[in-house]
Amino acid sequence: MSTSRILTALLLAALIGFSAPVEARDDSDIGTPATATELSAFFAIPPDGEGLPPGKGNAVQGSAIYAEKCAMCHGEKLEGIHDTGAPPLAGGRNSLATKQPLKTIESYWPYATTLYDYIWRSMPFHEPGSLTADEVYALSAYILSVGKIIGEEDVMNAQSLPKVKMPNANGFYVDAGPDRLIYRPAKAPPAKK
Amino acid sequence: MSQRSETAARAQEEAEECPCKEGMKPDVDVARRRLLLSAAAITAMPGQLAAATPAKAPPGAVLYDVPENATKVMGRPLLEDGGYGTRSQFETAVRMRADNPNDMTSWSFTPLADTIGNLTPSGLHYERHHGGIPAIDPAKHFLYVHGLVDEPKKFSIADIKRLPSITRKYFIECSGNTLDEWSKPKGKSVQVTHGLLSTSEWTGVPFATFARHVGLKDNASWVLGEGADAAVMTRSIPLDKMLTDGLIAYGQNGEALRPEQGYPLRLVLPGYEGNMMIKWLRRLQVSDRPFMTREETGRYTGLMPDGRARQFYYAMDAKSVITFPSGEMLLPKPGSYQIRGIAWTGRGRVQAVDISLDGGKNWVPARLDDVPEPMCTVRFSYPWHWDGKPAILQSRCIEDSGYVQPARSDLVALRGEHFVYHYNAIQSWAVAADGSVTNVHV
Repeated sequence: MSTSRILTALLLAALIGFSAPVEARDDSDIGTPATATELSAFFAIPPDGEGLPPGKGNAVQGSAIYAEKCAMCHGEKLEGIHDTGAPPLAGGRNSLATKQPLKTIESYWPYATTLYDYIWRSMPFHEPGSLTADEVYALSAYILSVGKIIGEEDVMNAQSLPKVKMPNANGFYVDAGPDRLIYRPAKAPPAKK
Repeated sequence: MSQRSETAARAQEEAEECPCKEGMKPDVDVARRRLLLSAAAITAMPGQLAAATPAKAPPGAVLYDVPENATKVMGRPLLEDGGYGTRSQFETAVRMRADNPNDMTSWSFTPLADTIGNLTPSGLHYERHHGGIPAIDPAKHFLYVHGLVDEPKKFSIADIKRLPSITRKYFIECSGNTLDEWSKPKGKSVQVTHGLLSTSEWTGVPFATFARHVGLKDNASWVLGEGADAAVMTRSIPLDKMLTDGLIAYGQNGEALRPEQGYPLRLVLPGYEGNMMIKWLRRLQVSDRPFMTREETGRYTGLMPDGRARQFYYAMDAKSVITFPSGEMLLPKPGSYQIRGIAWTGRGRVQAVDISLDGGKNWVPARLDDVPEPMCTVRFSYPWHWDGKPAILQSRCIEDSGYVQPARSDLVALRGEHFVYHYNAIQSWAVAADGSVTNVHV
């Protein structure tokens, strides 16, 4: 066999080796079926509220829970406390187009369901995942009520929360960039002397 | 010698043995050495100054006695380091914490001017945590893949390592990198202005492999990634991206992921903003719509001047920065230097990098020091003879699509000053006649 034929054979072997459909092998034994019980521990609440748990609460109930579990970081008036790293939760309505925009739940967040989802998964900061569903509904109601988005007596639950119309609900648009206007004729460099 | 003349003499001495000339090392090292020397001067005799060793080993190093002549004495035996190894006690670069009140939800910057080559040492990779760094036992960690699938499954780390893996070099940049530069030149050093950028070699299993294992439903179009940290971080990712190059990574630079980088599993989405690359990944939920989590609505959205916000702006646009000389450095005297820097883009490959020495009036091509790879950083350099006159140094990245990194004024004209994220404008460093380098806007 000539050298070139050996090389060709080797090359073919290599190509076949690389192009062999690795995934086509049956490796379905890898991994274990996940049970409904296991998966029930997880949640993520989209704007239509799918997955919201049973339970309810209003701002009056939420106010007491907030004072006990949230105010030390976020401030008694939801104004945020810089030294704790906790942002303001209300205020800033109509500020977004000004020179000092204040992005809060009241002024910026487009969906009330996000509020429930976030409190449920991450708050209180030092004891995440410790709140009951009723407490999360009540706290959501309280924050929405301070932001004058709902009334103090309005009850938040799996049906009512997704229906809350946030002030900035129409404030977002999908734009993956890049900025189209960057594509412009290049400026000519100044003429050399 | 009076203290003043001693200081002047030392400055002179340091100018003579300028580290910039020898190893292109920035002046911050000189500044550090100066500090060490002055600390040592309190106790040591002048003759001992030259041999003064730092009293404490830098992080990641062990302090050893340094002999006058290492060829005349036996070195230390192997494995004294316990088998993992340490860096030289003379290497001092560390991550720098951001000036934030709460270290559990904060970030740290990579010392870009000190890193060498294209890969960031894992211990210097920038950090961003929203609920601290969790300690996770890999034997008890699972990745669940469920939602709009035929058969939801869970995979142990051992399972994942039985699947075919790939290894790729990608940068990760925090969406908020350089966010303080919209209005005023704020960051003093390149570590602070651009240090939320790091590059690693990542090893893992493509999402497509998991998709095949569980079977995707017809209406599958989004995937939620969720972390196992105290923030239980979530982001919705378009299925298209997940199937194109989404990677479930367990390896970083030849070893397991660092805990700060998501040990034992993280999502890597080449070119996308760092926030989406969920660390401590514990589940992927396939869906037909985005979940509108806090991080993709209240955060990581770009506020435009009209008060509306751009959403789902994922890719990090082409960007570059000069790392030498850069802010807080000092060029000791006119002469020859290598301008050095890093360029990257999240939408393809770096095609070219230009350098300007006059604040953007004229541009010349820089040299690319390594071969550009997709969604990866590249080092560039430019031989420069500084004539001792003030100069404004800039670099601009040109992507293979033809996109050119914009001037700050262009970017601000388009987006205003409150966009916060995805700032990719040209960075300017002013070199003054005395050789000092500062962050400026032109």
